[in-house]
Parts: sequence; C-alpha cells; structure tokens
Amino acid sequence: MKRFIRESAAIVEVELIKLIRDPTELVSRAVQPVLWLVVFGQVLAQVRGIHTGQLSYLAFITPGILAQSVLFSAIFYGIAVIWERDLGVVHKLLASPAHRLSLVFGKALAAGFRGLVQAVVVYLIALVMHVSLRLEPLAIFAVLANVMLGSAIFATFSLIIACIVKTRERFMGIGQLLTMPLFFASNAIYPLDIMPGWLRFIAQANPLTYLIDALRGLMIIGGESVHGYAVDFAVMSVTFTVLLFIAVRLYPTLAE
Amino acid sequence: MDTAAPDKFAIETSALTRQFGHLTAVDHIELRVPYGEIFGLLGANGAGKSTVIKMLTTLLSPSSGSATVGGFDIIKSPGDVRRRIGYVSQLLSADGTLTGYENLRLSAKLYGLPRAERNGRIADALDFMGLADSAHKLVRTYSGGMVRRLELAQAMLHRPTVLFLDEPTIGLDPVARHMVWDRLLDLRRDYGMTVLITTHDMEEAETLCDKLAILHRGRVSVQGKPAELRRELGTDATMDDVFAHYAGGLIHESGTFREVEQTRRTAHRLG
Repeated sequence: MKRFIRESAAIVEVELIKLIRDPTELVSRAVQPVLWLVVFGQVLAQVRGIHTGQLSYLAFITPGILAQSVLFSAIFYGIAVIWERDLGVVHKLLASPAHRLSLVFGKALAAGFRGLVQAVVVYLIALVMHVSLRLEPLAIFAVLANVMLGSAIFATFSLIIACIVKTRERFMGIGQLLTMPLFFASNAIYPLDIMPGWLRFIAQANPLTYLIDALRGLMIIGGESVHGYAVDFAVMSVTFTVLLFIAVRLYPTLAE
Repeated sequence: MDTAAPDKFAIETSALTRQFGHLTAVDHIELRVPYGEIFGLLGANGAGKSTVIKMLTTLLSPSSGSATVGGFDIIKSPGDVRRRIGYVSQLLSADGTLTGYENLRLSAKLYGLPRAERNGRIADALDFMGLADSAHKLVRTYSGGMVRRLELAQAMLHRPTVLFLDEPTIGLDPVARHMVWDRLLDLRRDYGMTVLITTHDMEEAETLCDKLAILHRGRVSVQGKPAELRRELGTDATMDDVFAHYAGGLIHESGTFREVEQTRRTAHRLG
C-alpha cells in the first residue's frame, strides 16, 4: 500500500508540476464554461421552455456546465498519453518496477486535480452571475471530491481509448465523437423527466448523469440529488473501478 | 516467487520468439551475455533488435521460448526483472517539460530508492554524467548529448544489474556520441554493469562491445568478438563489411514506416 501511494504520488507530482509550469490548456478550457453560462444559460433562461422546478434555469445548468468542463478536459487526456507513448515516456514508466495500477491511478488522480481548476472557474462565474450557490465548507468539499472522481472516470476512459486507437489522429476523431453524445445524453442542460424514453434510458447509463445529479444537490441552494448521493457515489465508484481495471490491462500495450 | 537462475549469465535466452500475426519478428534467438560484458545487438531496421530488447525488458511478451535477466525469468518474474534493469529507449524519453533533477526524482521514486538516499544518488548520477550544473534547467533546453546522458543517469540511478540501451547515440554529433561512450565504459568499470546495446553504428559496436550478435530477419546470423568477426571475413575486412555480409545489406531498405518515423523524430528532437 505504501509503495502504491508513493508511486501514484510521484506520477501526480510530475503532472502537477507540468500543469503549474504551463497552464495554457486550463486557461483555454475556462472559456467554454463562460460561454455556456453567460451566453447559452442566460438566453435559454429567458425562453422558460424547460421546466426546472424551483431552480432558475441558470442555477439548474451550473452543475451541468461544471460536469461538462470536467468531461471535456478529461476526455482528451488520452492525447497526452499517446504523446507520451510517441516520446518513449510510457516505455520508460513501464520498464520501471512501478505497479501498473499505480501508474494508471496516478494519471487518473492528476486528472482529478485538473478538474478542481475547472470547479474554481465555474464557481467564480456562477458567483458573478448571482447563481445561488451553497458555500458551506462541507458542501464545497463534497463538490470537489465529486469533481475529482468524475475527472478520474473520464480521464481513465480516455486512457482506455488511447490504448486502443494508439494514434493522435484517430483519438481526436473518437474524442469528438464521444464528448457531445455523453453531454447531451445526460441531465446537464435538461432534466431526465422531459427526455424521451430511449434517451432517458441512455442517460441513466451515463456516469455523467450521476456526477451532475450529485453536483446539483451539493452545489445549488434548493437543488437536490434525484438518485440520492449514495447511489451517485456508488455508480461513479463502480464505474471508476471497472475502468481502472480495464486501463491497467491495456496500458502496457502502449509500449508494445 | 523467487525463480532466480544460476548466476552465470546476466542475460540468457532460449529459443526466444515473437510473432506479430504471420510475421516472425524474432525467431528462436539464443543469447548468453556474461555479467559485466557490453554486448552489441546489430542488424538492419526491422531485423528484430528492438523487439528483443522489448521482450527482455518485459515490455512485450514472447510468443514462445524463454529468457532470464539478472537471474530472473522474464515471464514468471517480470517485477524482479524490472527492479534489476535500466532501460534507455530509442526514443527520447526524458521529459522536456521537467528539469533534469525532476526527471531523476521521478525515476528515484518509481524505483523505490529510500528517501534518505534519494538526493545523494541523484547528485552522484548528475555528477557522473557531467550534468550537475544543468540539474535545475528544463530538459528541453539541453543539447542532444545532455539528454542522452540524463537518460543514462535515470537508467543507472538504482544501480541496475543490466542496462538495456536501444540505439542510444542515434542522431548525436560525434562529440556527444563519444561522451556517451565514455560514460558507458565508466559505468561498466565503476559499477560492473552488464550492458546490452543495439546500434547501427559500426564504430560504436567496435569501440564499445566485447561481443556482438548480428540479427537478420529475426535470427542471429553470427555472434562473436568484433575482431574475430572481421578476421573471419579477411584481413582487410572492416566492421561495415561484416555488417553488410551478415545483415543482408539491407541497412537502408528495411524497417517499418513507424520505425523510420520514430528514428527521424528522435534525430529531430536531438537537433
């Protein structure tokens, strides 16, 4: 266990050093939530076409936009892994005695920390837009924990895709193909109960839905988790564990 | 489970074979490398050199056959093998966005060097490779020769029994190349490391290697000491003649698109 923590922490440390040294990607990713909340959210709030219960439309979509930021940021994590493969970094890591689980978990955890930056950005925009946010320390802590878990899920999913496609060109195509369906087949910008049955069925199998569900209850005053926090956490944890298991099996194939 | 073999050879392979679909990249290779020897693996692009190294470093499973490295079976005890090897890939694997010191610290942690020894070992490795003054500069500002020496420092940090070097001097200018050679010879002298090196460079093979094996289409076409191999071809024979004779003269004609692309990328990054 001590070894696992040491090895994972070493991977996280390196990723965080890189992130701090060159935060360009994080800054550019911050533009998207601004557009969704300031433009899309404000305009659609005027239409009043989507029934969001006691929440304003802007408050309703704020957790969805945070989850979207997390998804979009994490889902392209595989590109960096393919880049590392092309540079030989993956070969070096895999030729070391570090456990494969430590390497993959370290990557997932590092993605989680990236997700925290997205959370800060969305909180700041939402405050400026006068969204009624829950600002109790425990609620904020729980939001950050969920954001980290969500980031880890989608980064690990991305790593699996990277291990399968192995080239940046193919990955870009598949990444684009996956992100929008994952986003629209979720409860990010409309509630589950207004979806047609087939879409609701897909949305309920989408881990993003459970991340958003938890965030909506934890982030917004008057918001609630439809599934319950325990269910949200359980679904996300099981999803992460399964993806982690698959990624650990596939990651070594990058060096073949 | 400790599956250590009798400690006679640092590397020993028996009918080691790797197939990719219908292609047999490595075909029943038999190698025996005594401890402390620098052993060269030569061959044209696509001859199977990198595939052999990948199998011996546990990055790739053999299709059949067996091998031990440092006394441990590569299939049954890959973790034990990894703890006893250092590996410098053909690609430039040092992270350009980190400093030399940060690259070494990552290796130290992944190889489980005790915290108390970590900084001392890193300082020693930087000194040994002549990189102490550049330790806190970003690796992307290093010259090609410095990057390769840093990678050697990373690979030797945990004092491995066997060092695997996949074309370590590809793309380097002659001065940088000679510096890398000097460090390799120092490593063998000071730490008694066994080195398996792949190369296309006949001068490198002759200067560094105690013994060579030339691969052709996945098979060992000849093994021996460089001087012996030259003598077998005639008194005036050079290592280039030896290579052309045993490697099928395919040095510029074979190799996959990916291999050529990787080689060129490495050369480009080395400037």
